[in-house]
Amino acid sequence: MSFEYAPAPESRAIVDIKPSYGLFVDGEFVEAKRSFKTINPATEEVLAEVAEASADDVDRAVAAARRAYDAVWGPMPGTERAKYLFRIARLIQERSRELAVLESIDNGKPIRESRDVDLPLVAAHFFYYAGWADKLAYAGFGADPRPLGVAGQVIPWNFPLLMLAWKIAPALACGNTVVLKPAETTPLTALAFAEICAQAELPPGVVNIVTGAGETGRALVEHPGIDKVAFTGSTEVGRQIARSVAGTDKRLTLELGGKAANIVFDDAPLDQAVEGIVNGIFFNQGHVCCAGSRLLVQESVAEELLDRLKARMATLRVGDPLDKNTDVGAINSAAQLSKIRELSDSGEAEGATRWAPACELPERGFWFPPTVFTGVAASHRIAREEIFGPVLSALTFRTPAEAIEKANNTPYGLSAGIWTDKGSRILWMAERLRAGVVWANTFNKFDPASPFGGYKESGFGREGGRHGLEAYLR
Amino acid sequence: MPDLSTFAEAAISPAELRGFLRGLPPVDQVGAEERAARLATRSIKTSAKAYAIDLAISMVDLTTLEGADTPGKVRALCAKAAHPDPADASVPKVAAVCVYSDLVGEAAGALKGTGVGVASVATAFPSGRAPLDAKLADTRRAIDDGASEIDMVIDRGAFLAGDYQKVYDEIVAIKAECGDVHLKVILETGELVTYDNVRRASWLAMLAGADFIKTSTGKVSPAATLPVTLVMLEAVRDFRARTGRQIGVKPAGGIRTTKDAIKYLVLVNETAGPDWLSPDWFRLGASSLLNDLLMQRRKLTTGVYGGPDYFTLD
Repeated sequence: MSFEYAPAPESRAIVDIKPSYGLFVDGEFVEAKRSFKTINPATEEVLAEVAEASADDVDRAVAAARRAYDAVWGPMPGTERAKYLFRIARLIQERSRELAVLESIDNGKPIRESRDVDLPLVAAHFFYYAGWADKLAYAGFGADPRPLGVAGQVIPWNFPLLMLAWKIAPALACGNTVVLKPAETTPLTALAFAEICAQAELPPGVVNIVTGAGETGRALVEHPGIDKVAFTGSTEVGRQIARSVAGTDKRLTLELGGKAANIVFDDAPLDQAVEGIVNGIFFNQGHVCCAGSRLLVQESVAEELLDRLKARMATLRVGDPLDKNTDVGAINSAAQLSKIRELSDSGEAEGATRWAPACELPERGFWFPPTVFTGVAASHRIAREEIFGPVLSALTFRTPAEAIEKANNTPYGLSAGIWTDKGSRILWMAERLRAGVVWANTFNKFDPASPFGGYKESGFGREGGRHGLEAYLR
Repeated sequence: MPDLSTFAEAAISPAELRGFLRGLPPVDQVGAEERAARLATRSIKTSAKAYAIDLAISMVDLTTLEGADTPGKVRALCAKAAHPDPADASVPKVAAVCVYSDLVGEAAGALKGTGVGVASVATAFPSGRAPLDAKLADTRRAIDDGASEIDMVIDRGAFLAGDYQKVYDEIVAIKAECGDVHLKVILETGELVTYDNVRRASWLAMLAGADFIKTSTGKVSPAATLPVTLVMLEAVRDFRARTGRQIGVKPAGGIRTTKDAIKYLVLVNETAGPDWLSPDWFRLGASSLLNDLLMQRRKLTTGVYGGPDYFTLD
């Protein structure tokens, strides 16, 4: 007999998914002509029909946001705006279990992460920016900073509610109104958030949620009535948006892809480095723009570290996202799964060695085992392109200078990790790494007070912290 | 790197020992504590819980280490150890009873034929502040009286002063006195404080011949904690990988509830691995824990909680 953990599923009874959802415009849910289905990626079960916003629907949402900005939210004193944001934050906390379950069902991420990471951070983000709403004059952007107006925001599917919080909380705190488009595969928690806005009696039109796919997003960012575009997603779409915004007076922030280096020196705390590598690439199935997808390990310790890493990967529990003991959940969509497969196959074809622990994957749904490639050359596609899945590429280096060279040798620059017991080396490295976030002896650590954003093709602008206010003030 | 297989037999220089211990990979405090906290969120239900409860009962070193211990108290504890729940014969017996060395004879008499071990704390427990010959005499007496396991304390003063050799030599001497008797080496991690020290002391004890490494005496706060036990489990895992020799781990002190005990078992399962999930390789030093395990066991089998008065206080 051995210690087999019995299934420990979180109950779904707490969420009430409606058969269909409309758009949230001007404080109420309205119908749209067309709709699309959102599914549970772990089972392929259809969860709900969701309205697909047309250009006209987007137009109505922008108009509602404009009215709310001119008449209510723009002129409202910061102390009053703060009250609404605090109220929203508290409602999120009160409904956090429901939201966590809903997030796991719609996205595929393990309940342990939606419960212990996503939801606490979502609430913390609203609390944090609620606190800024009446202190903007002291934020370092002039004595009387003004809001921009209406913000058009487009968010990805990897952290649906958290990315919503990153976008909406600072925008509202600064006095802007928003039209937000969640990703087409994960619209449900944004719609639950719309209910929370109504529950908090947020004035109609301050927050508008328009669901849909690429066309809806295009209609939103190209709409002449918005003053600001904020986008998180792929570098490819980010480029299109930058083109469409060029020549207008819209302000733009982009948070795009990444191919972060996680750099392990031979004096590192090895057991914790292994945890950090696992957390860096297998957290949220690797659907993380700042994922530590390139492991750079000092050659003198590479063999030992990789042995430890493989032993640790063999203990990862892959499966039902709602099981409280699951470490790695489902891939968010069939399209993403095929992209991960295609890139992994290219890794093998180009000569790298693939390894994954033996693990049984469910028959239905979209699954990919935690995978590490060794013998990866810098020129391999798996070392250069963002995979956005649970796939790690391990490379080696010999000296700190070489580590910097290799880490920076990417068009991206969102994040990096350093593992060493030597404080002076951490500082030396951090000064030279061209990445917006550098973690030392930890990875994928987020806090609303800490600015987050990229260099180079990982985008521009910062979200979080005092810096995050700048994108929503003039 | 010295050849570890000959470490215990050959005389090694103090410089070599110090070099080896200081060359061990460091432990990052924040990371170790995060890992332990994350494993503590595992949800152990139904069949897994039933398995864990019985396993935990079989791993208990039922302990009484008070100045007020009497032969009567020890006999009562021994009766409980052999039959933790007299109403239910399917409850396993505990691993051992742990007492002071002067009460070993009493315990050995009471436990004869039960298969429950007699563990004696020795070597000037809990402080370890006594000359080596006194520690040896203490150990000898306990073994002569029938102890099957010796729980010795290390000289924390010597360890903190950097005199690793003294600590090492003492363990070697006590181990020689023990012969086949099982030797558990108490690191008293609450006095070593840092995880780097815990890792070094673990390796020091294993190199010197410990059969088990144990966290605490129970007389110093904090006693056993999850992250300290995590670091020790990593040490025994790595030691086996390097030498082929498997060493046991015993957290002791402060483990009072079934929930706590299960967290430790999860830690064992996912750190050292399932090979350690047996009383031969993992023990829980505790006293009040046993009744909570019995209470949860009955809840699981009958569906209702019995009041605390249905479980004997010994």
